[in-house]
Amino acid sequence: MPENNTHIDGEIRFSEEALALINRLIAQYPEGNQKSAVLRILHMAQAEFGWLSTPVMDYVARILHIQPVEVYEVATFYSMYDTKPVGKVKMEVCRTGPCMIEGAEKIVAYIENKLGIKDGETTADGRFTLKTVECLGACGYAPMMQVGEHYHEHLTEEKIDQFIANNAS
Amino acid sequence: MKRKLLIDKAGVPGIASYEVYRKEGGYRAVEKALKSMAPDDVVEEVKKSGLRGRGGAGFPTGMKWSFLAKPEGVPRYLLCNADESEPGTFKDRFLMEKIPHLLIEGMIVSSYALGANTSYIYIRGEYMWILHILEKAIAEAYQAGWLGKNILGTGYNLDLYVNPGAGAYICGEETALIESLEGKRGNPRIKPPFPAVKGLWGCPTVVNNVETIAAVVPIVNDGGEEYAKIGVGRSTGTKLISACGNINKPGVYEIELGISVDEFLYSDEYCGGIKNGKQLKACVPGGSSVPILPHFLVTRTAAGEERLMTYESLADGGFQTGSMLGSGGFIVYDEDQCIVRNTWNFTRFYHHESCGQCSPCREGTGWMEKVLHRLEYGHGKMEDIELLWDIQAKIEGNTICPLGDAAAWPVASALRHFREEFEWHVKEPAQAMQRNYGRVTEKVFEAANA
Repeated sequence: MPENNTHIDGEIRFSEEALALINRLIAQYPEGNQKSAVLRILHMAQAEFGWLSTPVMDYVARILHIQPVEVYEVATFYSMYDTKPVGKVKMEVCRTGPCMIEGAEKIVAYIENKLGIKDGETTADGRFTLKTVECLGACGYAPMMQVGEHYHEHLTEEKIDQFIANNAS
Repeated sequence: MKRKLLIDKAGVPGIASYEVYRKEGGYRAVEKALKSMAPDDVVEEVKKSGLRGRGGAGFPTGMKWSFLAKPEGVPRYLLCNADESEPGTFKDRFLMEKIPHLLIEGMIVSSYALGANTSYIYIRGEYMWILHILEKAIAEAYQAGWLGKNILGTGYNLDLYVNPGAGAYICGEETALIESLEGKRGNPRIKPPFPAVKGLWGCPTVVNNVETIAAVVPIVNDGGEEYAKIGVGRSTGTKLISACGNINKPGVYEIELGISVDEFLYSDEYCGGIKNGKQLKACVPGGSSVPILPHFLVTRTAAGEERLMTYESLADGGFQTGSMLGSGGFIVYDEDQCIVRNTWNFTRFYHHESCGQCSPCREGTGWMEKVLHRLEYGHGKMEDIELLWDIQAKIEGNTICPLGDAAAWPVASALRHFREEFEWHVKEPAQAMQRNYGRVTEKVFEAANA
């Protein structure tokens, strides 16, 4: 299992710095509408805790003073949120039309072969997850993948080799 | 000489920073509007400009603004739709990354025109690094006194924030965007009430695309009439076009509306022609949702007229032989591309992105995806072609939001223009697995069809 699963047993808590940012985010909305901050806070939680487990979502609900189900329904609607464990390095390859005609399917097959996993799976060491995603707005720079906040564009097999080598540990 | 009003300065070193943007003449529109114009004067200039929504629908912006309800004591909101997710479209990203202050300046002037004191930019979650660029630029604008309390001593207050989405195409639909900004699932609302009356937190709200809001800056600087001098008929001003697919020069271009499709596609100033010396097979001129055009209807209309990059000319012939300018996502296919595969791919996208509220869209997109998959993989029957037509026709117009139409149109247009290629997949499945069909036969359209 991915190592970032461990938070389930440990204490779930944002850093003081993150909590201060959350307070500023909540203040962006009129009083009583703090729920609006949930999407941003879930992004922060996923970055901090690896994925959105039920305890993590419950923690976010407590921070926002909303019902846990209000967080669950958001977390399960939006495709960027992981409600199951994922690897440390999540490679999200765009598969939509313009990327497909520039060779996205070959890139996906190459990664699958190289890492020995299928679309949606994580390597046994919990390091890499491969996920195909829909259009990321990089159609002119296809094929491409997103990893964290970074876009990797004009992908080639060489670039994939290099990326995996650089992120293997 | 062709004019660029939005991204002309994208190449100026440091233009993303406040200092350089200001030195290059930035924030003049805020000075002009707040010091010498009443809010309604700004609305009037936007009306005169003929500016139409740049997100895809092409609705006149000034008219949309004039619908905003203004009840006493109720806040009004301006929301910027930066949820750019339509396949083929990557223009707003370019503008926000390169010249973030142009969007912020546009937000200030537009918020002033609408009487909004708090405004939000809703940006797709995948563009998180652009959210950071925008937040930095907003902090600089606060620092310089363009945002906050009593801007330029005029008594006008404005706070501006950025809010991320989290991976949902549907949130580009304005009522889904509002739901999402309220911290909920992006399920579109039934209209009426329209956002102009009941939008964010039940308050009157305007939602405009990034490029639309940016265009307000040159409109205020030079006047609406000056802006309207560019273009043809009701297609005024400039438009960002993101070009991709099998062309020599993919990228983001600012065009004067009214140039010919032929010039855009083949001149070195823009797409630079089809890659690898291939022939054009098809083009989706305005993002994945708009009808696909076969090669013989791209640069000219069915009536034989030169097709122009305008709302009207691209739509000439209606859905029989025309398409739409849409979001400006210009996707080009060469002779080696398979229309069945592309249609399957797009349909999978809409199935994935359907919010699931309305049965015709939720079930219909999945059904079409399955039928297209079996056609593409050699298990299709002739009846499947009729079945596809039947499903798309029953989705169109039968859903709360336009995603249903957006899913139906690519299928309908592909069947309309490329039926022989679909039939070939049924008749020659073994061949269809090995090679592509090539270009479809040019049809002669009756005048009645035009």
